[in-house]
Amino acid sequence: MITKITKLARISGAIGVAAFSAALMLSASPAAYAGELTVYTAVEAEDLKKYAAKFNEDHPDITIKWVRDSTGIVTAKLLAEKDNPQADVIWGLAATSLLLMKSEGMLEGYAPKGVELLDSKFVDSSSPPSWVGMDAWVASVCYNTVEAGKAGLSPPKSWKDLLDPMYKGHLIMPNPNSSGTGFLDVSSWLQMFGEEGGWTYMDGLHENIARYTHSGSKPCKLAAAGEIPIGISFAFRGAKSKAKGAPLEIIVPSEGVGWDMEATAIVAGTDNAADAKTLVDWSITKKANEMYNAGYAVVAYPGVAKPVKFFPENLLEKMIDNDFEYAANNRKRILAEWQKRYDGKSDPK
Amino acid sequence: MVDLSLKTAAVVKVKPRAGRDAWIMRAFILVIGLYLVVTLAMPLYAMLSKSFNTYYFDLARYEVQINEDGDWGETIDVAALNAASNKYSRDQLRTSSDGRLSIVSMLENFSFRAKTLYRLRNVHASGSFLSGSELVDDTNWHEFTSNEFRRVYLKPVKTTGLDNFRQYFSNPSLFNSIFNSLFIAIVTTIITITLAFTFSYAIARSKMRFKGGFKVIAMAPILVPSLLPGIALVYLFGNQGMLKFLMGDQSIYGPIGIIAGSVFFTFPHAMIIIQTALSISDARLYEASDALGASKTKTFFTVTLPGARYGLISASFVVFNLVITDFGLPKVIGGQFNVLAVDIYKQVIGQQNFEMGAVVSVVLLVPALFAFAIDRIVQKKQVALLSARSVPYQPKRNRNFDRLMFSYAAIIAALIVGTLAICQYAALIKFWPYDLSLSLTNYDFDVMDGGGWGSFYNSLKLAALVAVIGTVAVFTGAYMVEKSQGMQFGRSLFQFLAMLPMAIPGMVLGLAYIFFFNSPNNPLNFIYGTMIILVICTVTHFYTVSHLTALTALKQMDREFESVSASLKQPFYKLFSQVTVPVCLPAILDISIYLFVNAMTTVSALIFLYSPDTTLASIAMLNMDDAGDIAPAAAMGMMIFYANVAARIIHHFLSKRIYSKTQAWRTR
Repeated sequence: MITKITKLARISGAIGVAAFSAALMLSASPAAYAGELTVYTAVEAEDLKKYAAKFNEDHPDITIKWVRDSTGIVTAKLLAEKDNPQADVIWGLAATSLLLMKSEGMLEGYAPKGVELLDSKFVDSSSPPSWVGMDAWVASVCYNTVEAGKAGLSPPKSWKDLLDPMYKGHLIMPNPNSSGTGFLDVSSWLQMFGEEGGWTYMDGLHENIARYTHSGSKPCKLAAAGEIPIGISFAFRGAKSKAKGAPLEIIVPSEGVGWDMEATAIVAGTDNAADAKTLVDWSITKKANEMYNAGYAVVAYPGVAKPVKFFPENLLEKMIDNDFEYAANNRKRILAEWQKRYDGKSDPK
Repeated sequence: MVDLSLKTAAVVKVKPRAGRDAWIMRAFILVIGLYLVVTLAMPLYAMLSKSFNTYYFDLARYEVQINEDGDWGETIDVAALNAASNKYSRDQLRTSSDGRLSIVSMLENFSFRAKTLYRLRNVHASGSFLSGSELVDDTNWHEFTSNEFRRVYLKPVKTTGLDNFRQYFSNPSLFNSIFNSLFIAIVTTIITITLAFTFSYAIARSKMRFKGGFKVIAMAPILVPSLLPGIALVYLFGNQGMLKFLMGDQSIYGPIGIIAGSVFFTFPHAMIIIQTALSISDARLYEASDALGASKTKTFFTVTLPGARYGLISASFVVFNLVITDFGLPKVIGGQFNVLAVDIYKQVIGQQNFEMGAVVSVVLLVPALFAFAIDRIVQKKQVALLSARSVPYQPKRNRNFDRLMFSYAAIIAALIVGTLAICQYAALIKFWPYDLSLSLTNYDFDVMDGGGWGSFYNSLKLAALVAVIGTVAVFTGAYMVEKSQGMQFGRSLFQFLAMLPMAIPGMVLGLAYIFFFNSPNNPLNFIYGTMIILVICTVTHFYTVSHLTALTALKQMDREFESVSASLKQPFYKLFSQVTVPVCLPAILDISIYLFVNAMTTVSALIFLYSPDTTLASIAMLNMDDAGDIAPAAAMGMMIFYANVAARIIHHFLSKRIYSKTQAWRTR
């Protein structure tokens, strides 16, 4: 009897362990095997399927596994996984974030085939470049004409116009501490108006802001839904919402607008370097750039850009001469200062 | 006395048999105990140690040479440079992992147009600086022109200490959240307990109609994620809300919205506990009170309330804990009103400041642990109110009172149904508020953030796995702890570990999992990014209540069963599978439905852990709301609701069948 029990216990124990490890093995797919790439991205969800499909037209043997989230979350994820990277490629993340990765030694330098054809503004200065740009997304103000009319507002023409007390409580912008779009606004004001002038401007703007949102597209979607008359967001989002029938006007402030580019990079330590290179090579082709052009008026490949429906026409000339390195290296300091000044201080007690 | 000695004698007699069984049982306790250590204690430890990781700029690790007029001057320690210019104090050199310090800020009279040349090197191999965005971590001298040198930034080094906590408490925009969180939690607790008590009172003490229906409706909020009421509130009281005029000058985005939504989602939790407390009153006390000529009010304050006081206290702490640890609702409707749970998210996701995220987690643990401890103490004091001689209280018919209670219950039920109906309505509207035609476009999840329909199926899969695996683990663990003998210390430790998850906020658990499981040195790190880690995290997160349910059911079974089975020379697992499990089946089903529903609705722990293959419906909801797609978020929320309703209906019929099959012995 005793031996029987111990035997039974031993057998069932062995089966249990075997089953457990088998179950673990089965469900835990290895990080990557040939033909599959884990790609981290902050590209809008509705475009991802199209991106993968276009890529697969030329490379049907490589499957893309997307990890899509907002810029801040993807950046946080990548940094958290610094010592154990899960991603093979980053395709479509803010250049300021990629600069941060680069300074942590997380990116694999690689000069994709045909990189010399791109606008040099869109290529990392190191050799080989750590990242290559795809397209630019540009700040804009989404203005709901119906709700603004109800509130008796007149459309602003410049950033400084937004300081007018008539806009008090009618304005929403993304929190730079969680949104890449919010950060590019803040960093552009600091570059345009100077550090001191920039903070003075934001002090004034803060008086009019109803609240700060976590994501960069939300202000424009809220403006589109009439939840707020004016949302500081980006032009692409505005054009999309307008195309859906929202009573929006997309305003490009006269002083100039901040922008950031989406870029592509190979993650150092990927165990699928060959496929990763294939993807990055493809990501800078003319075909890929034509694809980016569907949502972005500005793309890395010169001569490709065609006007996008509802995109403000003068947007290109209003883009500031953005210093990405300044933005990346001072990011921490700017965000801490912003938080100290505006986050939580407006809390009703 | 005689009885006792007899029992000991019996135990002594069968000891050899029990000994072998006991070893197997101990092995089980050990395995499940080990599970709790690995999935709970160790991650929490990893998080705690993370909160003590601090970063600062160690200026002594750099040396600089300056060439102003053709000659390289002497080598200067950068710390000396800073001392000379008196630029940064020790406090100002504290930073976080992604801090950057401009070196030229310490140089007096620096001009990027000057012809001066600079050299910089790391003294130790551990130091590093950035030239532009290029990482330099060797110990060679690097030469720069003035214009290049202004693009040089120093990187911080890691050390341990209390600096993060010091920084936290010296930053008002951070520590104000403590008061905000407490404020929200306390106000919600007061409102919810008052409403839930009155509702339970109506159910237990009146003869009103439709009690069953009211009870079912009151439980509905448990079936949806906590952020769903937030979305309903936006549609009702947002700037385009249907009832916006009721808000006056107040904004729903802030404490008002958080409190209103919190009351909604905590209501059923409070109601269950209070109702149990009210339903076990002894009718003889009321008769006595009546006979002594006490007024209704006096009876209420001297009999009813004291009788329910433990239930009330327990419910208060449960509500308090739920609110202070909730993340979804304040995220959706909190506006500028910062609370601790959202702060963790902002620190980690927004600023990639994991250390500060860990600090806020530790801060959030304090009130949660405190509430938990008080609740445990109160629970221990609770003595059986119902003795064998008690007579259950039977409410008497009282027209006016019944009518009043009915109207009250009807209002509460209408509010709950209304909230859900608003979300369903909003989900079907094409483009609120400009195009009110009905359409299904908001259900086209695949073109939106969050993972599309796949996330819904993932949630179902997760919930099913959690329900099955969790129930087996929890019930087996509870059985071994309850019925095994000896190993006092091991069992108390197990009990402690099993109670702990209740006190750990989901955000904290999720963050702890990143730190622990994503460490490359962890042999278990291959589960990171898979469904397994989500299952493990969810089972652990909801372990306590399931464990208590199992214990309660097991305690109803006399220990004599074990003795009898042992004296019949039957191994324990035979007893377990042929007697214990069938008898406890209703409780086992309750545990599984509890785990299923919570796995469908939870957001907080999993927001840090999901991967592309394992996006979840509740998190998709949050992400869609975040991107401004509020109607699709409502649509997804309602899908979760329907899935849970279906699960509950299946559970109901299954219980009924099992009851008639295995519980026939209960009725004679």
